[in-house]
Amino acid sequence: MSKTEIKITGFGGQGVILCGYLIGKAASIYDNKHATLTQSFGPEARGSACSAQVVVSDSRVLYPYVTHPSIMLAMSHDGYATHKNSMADEAVILYDQDLVKPEEHKAGVKVYGIPATRFAEELGRKIVSNIVMLGFFSAVTELLDREAVQKAVETSVPKGTEELNLKAFDKGYQYGLELKSEKAEAVTKA
Amino acid sequence: MTKIKTVKADPRDVLTGEHYLDGNHASAEGGIAAGCKFFGGYPITPSTEIAERISQRFPKVGGIFIQMEDEMASMNAILGASWGGVKSMTCTSGPGFSLMMENFGLGIMLETPCVLVNVQRGGPSTGLPTLPGQADMMQARWGSHGDYEVIALCPDSPQESFELTIHAFNLSERYRIPVFVMTDECVGHMTEKVVIPGAEEIDLVPRRYTDKSPEEYWPYIPEKDLVPLMPPVGKGYKFHITGLTHDYRGYPVINAEVQEKCVRRLMDKIIKNAKDIIWIEEKDIEGAEVVLLSYGITSRVVQPAIEKAKKEGIKVGQIRLVTVWPFPEERVRELASKIGAYVMVEMNYGQVYYEVERCAAGKCKTVLVPHAGGTVHNPEDVYVAIKEAVK
Repeated sequence: MSKTEIKITGFGGQGVILCGYLIGKAASIYDNKHATLTQSFGPEARGSACSAQVVVSDSRVLYPYVTHPSIMLAMSHDGYATHKNSMADEAVILYDQDLVKPEEHKAGVKVYGIPATRFAEELGRKIVSNIVMLGFFSAVTELLDREAVQKAVETSVPKGTEELNLKAFDKGYQYGLELKSEKAEAVTKA
Repeated sequence: MTKIKTVKADPRDVLTGEHYLDGNHASAEGGIAAGCKFFGGYPITPSTEIAERISQRFPKVGGIFIQMEDEMASMNAILGASWGGVKSMTCTSGPGFSLMMENFGLGIMLETPCVLVNVQRGGPSTGLPTLPGQADMMQARWGSHGDYEVIALCPDSPQESFELTIHAFNLSERYRIPVFVMTDECVGHMTEKVVIPGAEEIDLVPRRYTDKSPEEYWPYIPEKDLVPLMPPVGKGYKFHITGLTHDYRGYPVINAEVQEKCVRRLMDKIIKNAKDIIWIEEKDIEGAEVVLLSYGITSRVVQPAIEKAKKEGIKVGQIRLVTVWPFPEERVRELASKIGAYVMVEMNYGQVYYEVERCAAGKCKTVLVPHAGGTVHNPEDVYVAIKEAVK
């Protein structure tokens, strides 16, 4: 039985919850897995710190909350700093490199940066940076089937924005693939 | 037992398919699938998403949504709508639940089918608006004044929030009683896959109407199952109903004799039909040393603890209370003499636990694993309690 805990952090308004929703929907509706999404639901979720938690599992999720996430998507430095110490050993941290300044991590934690907001701006709408992060997450972690995630995006975003969102997804995905192969090469050379 | 006819849901009301929904949205879809056509409510965290979804969906299914001035008015509005001939519901949380209690009692006394979803948060008072609790269970049982019996269902997931809201409507029509769906913030705001079946797979209990003529009809002459039939609306039935103690005609009669008859039947229609209403799920009861009881989200959270205890050779059985009220007294009493201990896990400081203790009547140990709310139990605490219980 494999179980993966994912934490997505950022500011209210960045689409943090939607990003978690899409991971959960992709897993449970289009990828034959179980996924439970919970979210920070405090009054503080408006405009400041905000987080979504997803547990993805091969069997029914029993304990609904995330305790030691093995994957983090960080879209704000505050969120990153708050949660980085609760990460599991050998966790993967994905971050928007213009918004998060990564610090020292314990050995085994892998860290991948992407200029997600900048990419989103280049695509024309800053608001799709969460989808860039989602594409990046898909490529780097390979936790979910790529098509499943694309399908979740396509069926969930507002009508008329599908193309833009899928482009944003691809942008993040391609960047993730390149970064991964670069890192692999670096390891080989070392 | 009175045979109850069912009908299939209306395909126009059912959002058939696989969805990724939170418990609140799923509960709203359950109500709509059950044919609910009136919602009166007042927004309160963490229940508001039910009202939001219903307000968005009702225009498409021909329902009426009213945001009322407060929770007292909300409860009254759904009672009125029900007597006006439609299925009706409301939703709320802690403070609003308190305000609804008086008119919930009116619903009991008038014998009005309707559904009240309480998405429980931490209390007392305004407590923890955005975090879970299960501390309104005794309020659901005894919150209004006077003697009466209630029906309360506790979903453990968005899928069950959908299914049990439909079931709540069916029970409310079947027994002519307001029915509680006692969920919590965790289930309400948790998003999971929800499979909504085709309308042809959803059985609904339609309103039980009289076949008497308007001249012969009285509102409180019960059937064999102790449930009186309702008059169809707009067909010339003139009748009187009141929150005062009343006779079969629905007129107030203020004396001990009619009180006994009136209250006795309100209780008996649930007590004598309890076997049909009670819904519990049992697992590994045969040969169990300890039986763990839980309901709602807590019944999921305890599973890792049970698995851990089992690996150490402890024989743990479980009872999940899908209906908490009426309480499965008979079963809990019967098992008490066969096991070493009951462990009750609930997100409060002991509510349903007292029922377990009462029914165990000293024949076995009873252990409470309390929690003040704000998050779910740590499975480790439950494991420790199981170990304690078998000592």
